[in-house]
Amino acid sequence: MTYTRKTKDQLAARVAQDIPEGAYVNLGIGMPTQVANHLPAGLEIILHSENGLLGMGPAPAPQDEDFDLINAGKQPVTLLAGGAYFHHNDSFAMMRGGHLDICVLGAFQVSEKGDLANWHTGEADAIPAVGGAMDLAIGAKQTWVMMDLLTKQGQSKVVRECTYPLTGLACVKRIYTDLATLEVTPQGLRLIDAVEGLSREALAQLVGLSIQA
Amino acid sequence: MINKQAASVTQALEGLTDGATIMVGGFGTAGIPNELVDGLIEVLDGSDVRHLTLVNNNAGNGDTGLAALLKTGRVQKIICSFPRQADSHVFDSLYRDKKIELELVPQGNLSERIRAAGAGIGAFFTPTGFGTELAKHLDGSPKETRDINGRQYVLEYPIHGDVALIKAERGDRWGNLTYRKTARNFGPVMAMAAKRTIASVYEVVPLGALDPEAIVTPGIFVHRIVQVPRTATVGGGFKKASS
Repeated sequence: MTYTRKTKDQLAARVAQDIPEGAYVNLGIGMPTQVANHLPAGLEIILHSENGLLGMGPAPAPQDEDFDLINAGKQPVTLLAGGAYFHHNDSFAMMRGGHLDICVLGAFQVSEKGDLANWHTGEADAIPAVGGAMDLAIGAKQTWVMMDLLTKQGQSKVVRECTYPLTGLACVKRIYTDLATLEVTPQGLRLIDAVEGLSREALAQLVGLSIQA
Repeated sequence: MINKQAASVTQALEGLTDGATIMVGGFGTAGIPNELVDGLIEVLDGSDVRHLTLVNNNAGNGDTGLAALLKTGRVQKIICSFPRQADSHVFDSLYRDKKIELELVPQGNLSERIRAAGAGIGAFFTPTGFGTELAKHLDGSPKETRDINGRQYVLEYPIHGDVALIKAERGDRWGNLTYRKTARNFGPVMAMAAKRTIASVYEVVPLGALDPEAIVTPGIFVHRIVQVPRTATVGGGFKKASS
């Protein structure tokens, strides 16, 4: 049987579908940023940005860009009515202190125990940069990962043990990928959904780990 | 009469010593006190002051401001969370040539270590970074850890500044400050943590003009304010669409 990978937009829409009204959410840099474009209009979901804002709105029109109002990726954004500015310590208290309901992060690898590797490839000449990744990974009530399931070489990014440097231990709750959505449970990985035509057995074979129904 | 307003940037910066730790506010380009950084470069030029430690979230954008400060070769070490950006080429080459030491700190630990210094805390246990490469000292030895009620924590120490350079929006002669949008970021935290905090402001207002309910940094944390001409913040730190 054949199956088709979700596009990046479809994946972003899949993640957005699980975010309830009233949630305080941090969307990580990169692919997770696109989730904002798929949040249902009319629902109040409050986006947090680590550099000191709650109630982040969409990008402004080019003529309205204000580079004192940026997101974690340093790109101009807007503030919704009811939004607030605050300093770094308050911002990271929101993260580390368990006040955010959900954070969505990209990843290089996630282990079946929920260990996350997303900040450094470990290559000798790579300049390391961590930013807020480690605070986000362990701080939110739920950490979700959003990524392609396989590398370009076809290797699973969901692994038994991460080989890349870790960002946080046992912190990932859900893994949203272009092929399937997985839940990390104390008993191991559990399948939430998969693209049409991809069976649980075939998925487990791709990943190389057992996946429960 | 208290008057913390300095006549010029260079006057505010007098008394820098060799080996000083200098905190600079800002996240990306928002909140970077460019005029103070330029003044610092001017004051350093021709002085014997070297071996500086720079504390900033990033490590400079483009060739001006912090990047220009790094270029002077007077910064021995940088403590930051995110040095690598689309336009951090000055830092990148100094780092690759081993001309600058990097202490990489998760951003929330960076902020909390600075706060701890300002709040008189000796050290603190944080869950951030536990079990990672960043729970190690620069020499590779593990940092102290502790199990507290079943959760694992890493012991982190404060970062004290000799000088903090921050960017605010409005200030009065007592040093009370307000900020603008996300340019606030590290300003209020760094202001607490340095022996001498110098804030640039676009507007100096009479005492009592700032709403006491809305003052973000009370003047006790501020030693000098310098008025600078208003300029719009220029973006940086990300890949710009090719034009």
